[in-house]
Amino acid sequence: MSALPVRFLDGVKSDFPILSREVRPGIPLTYLDSAATSQKPNSVIDIMDHYYRWMNANIHRGVHTLAEEATSAYESARQRIADFIGATSHEEVIFTRNTTESINLVANTWGRQNLRAGDLVILSEMEHHSNLVPWQMLAVELGLRLEFIEVTPQGELDLESYRRLLAQEPKLVSFMHMSNVLGTINPVEHMVKLAEDVGAITLIDGAQSVPHLPVNLQKIKPDFLAFSAHKMLGPTGIGILWGRKELLASMPPFLGGGDMIKKVHLRSFTPNDLPHKFEAGTPSIAEAVGFGAAIDFLNSIGMEVIAEHEKEIIGYALDRLNLVKGINVFGPQADRKGGVASFTVDGIHPHDVAQILDTDGIAVRAGHHCAMPLHEKFNIPATTRASFYLYNTKEDVDRLILGLEKVIRYFN
Amino acid sequence: MDDLYREVIIERYKNPAYRGELDPHDISFEDENPLCGDHIRIDLRVDEKEIITEAAFSGHGCAISQASADLLLEFVIGKSLEAVKKIRKEDLLDLLGIELGPVRLKCALLPLKIIKAGVYGLGESSDEILERED
Repeated sequence: MSALPVRFLDGVKSDFPILSREVRPGIPLTYLDSAATSQKPNSVIDIMDHYYRWMNANIHRGVHTLAEEATSAYESARQRIADFIGATSHEEVIFTRNTTESINLVANTWGRQNLRAGDLVILSEMEHHSNLVPWQMLAVELGLRLEFIEVTPQGELDLESYRRLLAQEPKLVSFMHMSNVLGTINPVEHMVKLAEDVGAITLIDGAQSVPHLPVNLQKIKPDFLAFSAHKMLGPTGIGILWGRKELLASMPPFLGGGDMIKKVHLRSFTPNDLPHKFEAGTPSIAEAVGFGAAIDFLNSIGMEVIAEHEKEIIGYALDRLNLVKGINVFGPQADRKGGVASFTVDGIHPHDVAQILDTDGIAVRAGHHCAMPLHEKFNIPATTRASFYLYNTKEDVDRLILGLEKVIRYFN
Repeated sequence: MDDLYREVIIERYKNPAYRGELDPHDISFEDENPLCGDHIRIDLRVDEKEIITEAAFSGHGCAISQASADLLLEFVIGKSLEAVKKIRKEDLLDLLGIELGPVRLKCALLPLKIIKAGVYGLGESSDEILERED
């Protein structure tokens, strides 16, 4: 693998103001928690500031200049997001609050309309709670059957168990593209094809993949894709549900209110056209504008370059972590995963690891990372997770290793 | 770091004096901190005057929660159940001797929530119980 991308991204850290802060006097920040949320570049922060200082207005209805400018800024962001994921139409791109809301939207509209008692929904054992709980809630209500694609000891989806479940004629298959704990990159293209062959609808949780890998809908061909802005350099409070147009058109609305309607009478309403049908009430306008700037930033570097950079960083991180006695890393080898390393340190609880690393300004996450069933599967209460993004460097990994050696020394 | 992980905390975590289970016991209660997965069970034996004669904790968790449990049990042995009801958060934090942020405070106070829920004979523990002294 060429060393070019890392050199290319050498200066990128300076675009992120927070990365130059000190956590405490003399202690610089080493941010290794991007799987939880990414940091934001100046361009995103500046454009949101500019939006509020210069063009703030409510969108779609106003005819004054500010309203028109705000509307085009909002809709232009939608178009750039559509292009970013290879959607054929901006009408298929619904603004939601986050990945979680996107999945809940599908469960509550498509799910309620199409699923009946006894119907099978396939999920996987590695899912984030956001792709488990909405289906559990619906299953209780409608009497659905939930089955789970097994996770192998190496931390990958067991495709044999997937095939066995597919033979039971599922109505829906919903799983993550990339694991937020193990970093595993699932073979989505293949898995979607297999689901399609048995007539199942597919939903991909792209919360971790869309920020880190080139994700093209024309290649993967799912029915739904959900992801969040804040994990890909954008602001919190805004996410996307992409859906195939025919499906979205056939689904009932999710939330009712302004903007999602064409006409309202006292006792009835006509829903609006796509995508507005699913966007009730004043949306997160400044956040959409910021999301657009985040997309521009990612495009200016290129997702291929970002993915290759992270591959190099995670490869280096795993090499270094595996050399530290007492550290056990979970998940596949570097060539089969994204920039996430979850590990345990023998005899030391992850919270203590994270807390001691924090004294050196190193930000990692400790806990079950919203994937309790996966931790149960591996029989561990919690892990420490270091996750990387385009602004991380090998020096960040070196600091992590030094910090971990200090943790181990301290407890022994 | 030296503030948070005082020697006594690391020492208690590595070599706890009261780790184990009591079977039979007069009072046993367990609970966990869902945020971090810390899980602790506390067993107590009391005499006819309801004075705690033996205490033990089991489970798993971070150094803060485990050291806190060990220090708390040392503190309650020889005290009456009524006295346990009157233990305040501040008393336990004094034993630990550290300043804690909101996240780690939950780790430190988990053993107190558990012992109070056990002594009050409640079905489940809650943060409110930390304030109860009746």
